[in-house]
Amino acid sequence: MQRYSVFAVAREAMRQHTGWHRAWASRAPRKSYDVIIVGAGGHGLATAYYLGKNHGLTNVAVIEKGWLGGGNTGRNTTIIRSNYLQDPSAAIYEKARSLYETISQDLNYNVMFSPRGVMMLAQTEHEIRGYQRTAHANSLQGVQTEFISPQRVKELCPIIEIRGPRYPVLGALWQARGGTARHDAVAWGYARACSDMGMDIIQQCEVTGVRSENGQVTGVETTKGAIGCNKLGIVVAGHSGVLAEMAGFRLPIESVALQALVSEPIKPCMDVVVMANTVHGYMSQSDKGEMVIGGGADGYNNYTQRGSFLHIEETVRALVETFPIISRLKMLRQWGGIVDMTGDRSPIISPTPLGNCFINCGWGTGGFKAIPGSGWATAEMIARGTPGPLAAAFGLERFREGRFIDESVAAGVAH
Amino acid sequence: MSARLPKGGRFLNRSQPIEFSFNGKQLQGFEGDTLASALMANGQQLVGRSFKYHRPRGVVASGAEEPNALVNLGTGRRLEPNQRATTTELFEGLEATSQNHWPSLEFDVGAINARLSRFLPAGFYYKMFMWPRAFWKHVYEPFIRQSAGLGKAPNARDADTYEHFNITVDVLVIGGGIAGLEAARVAGSSGAQVLLIEQTAQWGGRANVDATLIDGADEEHWIEATVDALEDMDNVRLRTRVMGAGVYDHGYVLAYERLCDHDPQDGLPRHRLWKIRARQIVTATGAIERPLSFAGNDLPGVLLASAQRDYLINYGVSAGDRTVIVTNNDDAYRTALMLHNLGLEVKAVIDARAEANGPLPVAAREAGIRVETGKAIAKVKGVARVEGVAICAQVGEGAVLDEIACDVVAMSGGWSPVVHLWSHCGGKLVWDDAQAHFRPDPGKAPIGADGHAFVHTTGAASGLLKSDEILQNAHDAGADAAKAAGHKPKRGKAPTAASPDEAPIEPVWMMPQGAGHELRSKMWLDFQNDVKVSDVQLAAQEGFESVEHTKRYTTLGMATDQGKLSNINGLAILSKSLGADIPAVGTTTFRPPYTPISMGAIAGEARGKLFQPLRRTPMHDWHEANGAHWEPVGHWRRPYAFPRGSETVEQAVQREVKNTREAVGLLDASTLGKILVKGPDAGAFLDLLYTNMVSTLPLGRCRYGLMCSENGFLIDDGVIVRLSEDSWLCHTTTGGADRIHGHMEEWLQTEWWDMQVHTANLTEQYAQIAVVGPDARNVLEALGGDIDLDAETLPFMHWTEGRIGDFDARVFRISFSGELSYEVAVPASQGLAFWNALLKAGEVFGVMPYGTEALHIMRAEKGFIMIGDETDGTVIPQDLGLHWAISKKKADFLSKRAQERDHMTDPDRWQLVGLETVDGSVLPDGAYALAEGRNENGQRNTQGRVTSTYHSPTLGRGIAMGLVLHGPERMGEVLKFTNIGGAPIEARIVSPVFYDPEGKKQNV
Ligand SMILES: Cc1cc2nc3c(=O)[nH]c(=O)nc-3n(C[C@H](O)[C@H](O)[C@H](O)COP(=O)(O)OP(=O)(O)OC[C@H]3O[C@@H](n4cnc5c(N)ncnc54)[C@H](O)[C@@H]3O)c2cc1C
Repeated sequence: MQRYSVFAVAREAMRQHTGWHRAWASRAPRKSYDVIIVGAGGHGLATAYYLGKNHGLTNVAVIEKGWLGGGNTGRNTTIIRSNYLQDPSAAIYEKARSLYETISQDLNYNVMFSPRGVMMLAQTEHEIRGYQRTAHANSLQGVQTEFISPQRVKELCPIIEIRGPRYPVLGALWQARGGTARHDAVAWGYARACSDMGMDIIQQCEVTGVRSENGQVTGVETTKGAIGCNKLGIVVAGHSGVLAEMAGFRLPIESVALQALVSEPIKPCMDVVVMANTVHGYMSQSDKGEMVIGGGADGYNNYTQRGSFLHIEETVRALVETFPIISRLKMLRQWGGIVDMTGDRSPIISPTPLGNCFINCGWGTGGFKAIPGSGWATAEMIARGTPGPLAAAFGLERFREGRFIDESVAAGVAH
Repeated sequence: MSARLPKGGRFLNRSQPIEFSFNGKQLQGFEGDTLASALMANGQQLVGRSFKYHRPRGVVASGAEEPNALVNLGTGRRLEPNQRATTTELFEGLEATSQNHWPSLEFDVGAINARLSRFLPAGFYYKMFMWPRAFWKHVYEPFIRQSAGLGKAPNARDADTYEHFNITVDVLVIGGGIAGLEAARVAGSSGAQVLLIEQTAQWGGRANVDATLIDGADEEHWIEATVDALEDMDNVRLRTRVMGAGVYDHGYVLAYERLCDHDPQDGLPRHRLWKIRARQIVTATGAIERPLSFAGNDLPGVLLASAQRDYLINYGVSAGDRTVIVTNNDDAYRTALMLHNLGLEVKAVIDARAEANGPLPVAAREAGIRVETGKAIAKVKGVARVEGVAICAQVGEGAVLDEIACDVVAMSGGWSPVVHLWSHCGGKLVWDDAQAHFRPDPGKAPIGADGHAFVHTTGAASGLLKSDEILQNAHDAGADAAKAAGHKPKRGKAPTAASPDEAPIEPVWMMPQGAGHELRSKMWLDFQNDVKVSDVQLAAQEGFESVEHTKRYTTLGMATDQGKLSNINGLAILSKSLGADIPAVGTTTFRPPYTPISMGAIAGEARGKLFQPLRRTPMHDWHEANGAHWEPVGHWRRPYAFPRGSETVEQAVQREVKNTREAVGLLDASTLGKILVKGPDAGAFLDLLYTNMVSTLPLGRCRYGLMCSENGFLIDDGVIVRLSEDSWLCHTTTGGADRIHGHMEEWLQTEWWDMQVHTANLTEQYAQIAVVGPDARNVLEALGGDIDLDAETLPFMHWTEGRIGDFDARVFRISFSGELSYEVAVPASQGLAFWNALLKAGEVFGVMPYGTEALHIMRAEKGFIMIGDETDGTVIPQDLGLHWAISKKKADFLSKRAQERDHMTDPDRWQLVGLETVDGSVLPDGAYALAEGRNENGQRNTQGRVTSTYHSPTLGRGIAMGLVLHGPERMGEVLKFTNIGGAPIEARIVSPVFYDPEGKKQNV
């Protein structure tokens, strides 16, 4: 691999940058592979990367219908945290977060992981109790979080209005080593490393069918012809239901639009990530200076990658209330992605009813932060044929058994 | 130097001078100026610094497409960063400062980046700053953040207000140029409800500048007459300063009105967000001129040829004294001729085409203007501003043939239709080779729910550039839209216009054609974000082949102008680098808004106290007046406690509990959900909804009921009351009322639609007061009335109705505290009077109001569960020892099947117990019970958790409830609980009922 470094940049500057190689090769598909991964989003690419790195499997193709990283991986608001409540969630998200700490060095690609700290505001008594509980759980899960006072919230993020007339800030759950990363770079960094291991990343190639014999997968049909494989990994987020149907099974997944927006760039005014769940909005400032904003998902199923304005309005309203200074900033751009929601808001990493066909999906509104851990766990499952400890709890059978991993704490209401 | 001409300026009122300041300098303009025109009139050409290299920047455009002239506008509570000077109308006292420099605009240390630019090509930050690892967070990132960003962050609350406005129309026409006016006129003549919006303050668009004869007269006459005609139509609304921001599904359009940006004042909303439902939409949004890519094209003094005309005609401002025009089309000759006619010097027209023989070039030559064909600009000379150009052959590598001194370079690379609004909701584009631009593909318009197109496009926005064609097309578009909206338009004759023939444009994406790296690295594509031709080529070389990849890798088109000037040029360079056709590479996705809109406008009126509706019980004001410490619960506020005198909140809570247990307390329980369920099938319906049997509840009786989701989890609880043969009143939790009502309706409407049941949420119709404590009956009896409250007539879990004192009341004998307790509902209008009556009657018994925390403590002392504390969406009734509330008789109910699943019947599920700390202290909220060892993922094993925990004033010690592995079988065992930052706390497993287990106090 052509190493990236400040010296390489300096050297290339002297020869007008003519020496830079392609970041990843563009190859036509071969006849067959040991493993095919469908979907070159972060999760698909990370899966391929760890198949090679951890399990020595490099006869691998990643097949992408559009351009790599163009799905939710390139559309999300890049919050990285692992302060989840339930053990299986905390394990995989913390694995991911800790891999993010060194991923730039591992991939020799600066993904700009910025552990600037993530705080989740408590604005009701009920939320206080919920976050205190999470802090207790995290203390046993090896996840470093703490419950902080409103004053500390204000110190860490001076632009917050902690005495809002409607929902004053009562405290927050703070994860100092949470943060953000550059989403495109995560996809590009993994793609470059995969390509370097000899894997094929085949873009503009849509999988249109799954081939099987005697209940075992044998390959896929694509817009570039049929391709054989011994094992298949489906990692297509919002389109998981579509691929599952091709493979002959159904998923407990709903696909809905989730939107985000950014403001025009301004000089630094916010050093942390803030999530305000009672009013429902969250915000951080990108290195470019844009305020990056997200909120709730649409309430209806949809594949169009466009959402309704209603949610933009709700989100912005919530954030103008929380950060009054943004009122005179302007929304520069809004967009949407199709997220794959399970009933318990936890992912699926699982073998499927079709032999040697595996699926990774259901990350919904929060899977960017999981990319390295999810790739790690999915690769382990595909390589060994059965899930390892990180993935074990996320099998499809949990919906049948009622063994949910509920992070939404959906029915939790205060009296 | 740029300057004001002695005469001219269509928009100006020269009799009305306006004072304003720029970077503290006092300057003068006229009414009608934009900030950009006024700055130019004052000779201020340097207006800002670019994003990455901090290059000096001047005005290049005259409208929303401007990438450079961004300022901090206003100060304090009216500071607005990144305001576009070209769309900022000048007002008295305007204060602007330039952005992104330190220490000053003229001398900016950040400009060092430009010197280092060869080390900072596209994507450089992905390749470096990786070592040492900790440096990213502590050194590199802070540095990058500091030099990035543009405007200043406001640091005060916005002084202005905003509002929303909803409207439904048949036809919405976006754009008030001649195309929009004609389309609106024709649509309006059909009687359809028409709304015509224009983003600027003037009607007529470009036609005014480019002097078109319409119907044989000056275009101005036609425009005026048409606006008058539209104003006379009752069914037509016209609005200026309203920009079409976004087109969404189902004809939903967002428009952004700037009501007083041109005249800031208190009392008026600053912006109004229009939410428009339009049956049909016509986009007549015009076209934007493209820059040309030549070395040094970013220097102040280089601007669009059309913008130069705008400044001359509209504002009487010349961009400089000696202009060189550079073009690949005939349109730019209009600028040459206009300058010439105004007596301004045109040094040369550099035309990249081999020949230029259309009527406009001919006229230019006849006027004595030097025209150089087949030529290009090799390089613009100058450091901080244009001083001259070196010219070369277009076909070649840039060998300099001549140098011309000048202070303005006016460039024209052809026109791109404004296709944004067409594209937002799925309208597709085609590449038009002859005109070298993308235009809407009329066959692939956005499709509505009925399968038909709902967006039309006309005028320059549709790719037409000649007035005559534009008017004809607009006439048809207006008629088509009205027709599609269900009206009968009168198709008449479109107005005619005369426009000279123009020779074809020649696509020129780089000047000169064979420029080497040295030149290419000085050709700007995106002026604000500093993306150059060499950057896009590098992206292609590195395999970022998709246009979306290139955009993201280089940041092309991601600046605040959203690439209005740069997108097509960048795309052309990319396709050339890839050896592909432009249409094969395609455009990036167009996303709303068309130009940035304020967050304030999006939030609208919903700020501060109006942020969300505040629901108030009839006693709310009394609580407020009596010192309630509030707790937000859903949209309600509930008193958490009523501290008295110097009491702390905690002390108040303890007092309230004690007083209620020993004397009598009053709780405002009005927020509890009250849903009436009525109809012949109401009983059967409720049997399906609740886990208990409801239909057999006798008249006059109350029953505690549980509701679970179809996945088996407990979602709500409350007392069900049988009101009559066919009607039940279902109490829900406060937070659950709307959700449970929705849940009922969802099942009724989607699954059990054959059931004859109506539901109504009566929560706000009644004030409900719990009278609780040993003296509860005495207080109520003291009020008199006709209800017999004694234990035999009205036993526990019964209800009755009648009069208490002067009040119509329903009395429920239910208790959530373990005390003798009556919940009394009176009509909401009587709530406060009843509350006061109770306080008065209770005075002798020592009555006191109590809040939610006392309520919580008392229910915990009694071992009653609380939804949201003992439940969290993962808990089933069986976990809480509520087996008795799950019917064994019913054939089916929601959750029945779910609760039979493996995991739900697992004996290892954690079960409800009481917990008592060994030392009497209070367990921390949310603490976990530790178990031996770690799991496979290295996490500590646990065996339970605290669900509620309080200091019990009754018992004088900490009590808690929790879920514990095999809990009920482990009474007396001591567990260790987490205690963040301290040693684990020991607590003993006990019964969850801490107080009066026999129910002696509540059943009296
Ligand atoms: C607006 C928004 C904000 C978000 N914010 C956050 C956040 O702050 N933090 C966080 O952690 N997460 C966030 N998320 C969620 C996160 O983006 C996703 O969970 C994550 O990126 C999913 O990655 P993926 O690789 O599974 O999916 P994707 O990146 O969507 O990749 C799936 C790929 O599969 C391809 N594909 C689909 N069908 C086929 C086919 N038939 N053949 C071939 N290829 C196919 C798609 O083109 C796509 O490239 C957000 C999501 C959105 C939409």
